[in-house]
Amino acid sequence: MLVTMSSVHLLDPESQAWLDRLDPSSAERDAAVAELHALLLKAARFEVSRRRGSIGAAEGEDLAQQSADDALVAVLRRLRDFRGDSRFTTWAYKFALLEAGVKVRRRAWQGREVQLEPESWALIPRGGATPHEELETAELLAALEEAMRRELTPHQRRVLVAVAIQDVPIDVLAERLDTTRGALYKTIHAARRKLRAALAAREMS
Amino acid sequence: MTAFDRRLAGRLLGPEGPELTCEQCFDQLDRYVELELSGDRADEQVPGMRAHLEGCPACDEDHASLLAFVSAER
Repeated sequence: MLVTMSSVHLLDPESQAWLDRLDPSSAERDAAVAELHALLLKAARFEVSRRRGSIGAAEGEDLAQQSADDALVAVLRRLRDFRGDSRFTTWAYKFALLEAGVKVRRRAWQGREVQLEPESWALIPRGGATPHEELETAELLAALEEAMRRELTPHQRRVLVAVAIQDVPIDVLAERLDTTRGALYKTIHAARRKLRAALAAREMS
Repeated sequence: MTAFDRRLAGRLLGPEGPELTCEQCFDQLDRYVELELSGDRADEQVPGMRAHLEGCPACDEDHASLLAFVSAER
């Protein structure tokens, strides 16, 4: 039985039963692992069906199976991280949904080019403001574009343009740049702080 | 401003105020969703989560999926 759980939370009986059955010393471990995989597969199929777009049914099922397999490995590896802040199944489901979401987004962008050198063209596309709104729109977007050029590093600019303007999923960009979602989001967060500061200095925020 | 430009400016500037990182978001996501489903002041109990979800489309999708799936399972 796992005894390393945080003592802050008393686990609900169902979650405790999952931990007991998944423990390596449990006689029920193999059955519990199979049940867990079935739950993760259900979650992965749910996510793939929500987001698969033009991906075919057979390929979608393949992505769901891969997601469930990867999620199972992640859940078993991180079992000791489960603190009982939620039901065990809710905690486990998030791994399957994450794996499936990332795989679907990457598959959807497979073969699509990501333009990462936008230095030579207008950073911000114009949305066609009405004449009445034109001045305010033009001022803000021009200030933002100027701040992006002056305040951001080339890496911050590329990442922000790709994610916020070109709608490149951050997981796809992370794969192309050989980094992680978290690392890229930190870059975006730092860039946004610079832009807000620049607008505040111009009293435009 | 047009709706397009408002959305664009919002995406460039991101949420105001402190927010969680992606790693912290994933760590807290199951707790946050269960607090939401029980109507138990999720935003108050997990400060910085709502702002992060507004600023990070990928984490926002993960959140929407977990909320929808767990809701459907109950």
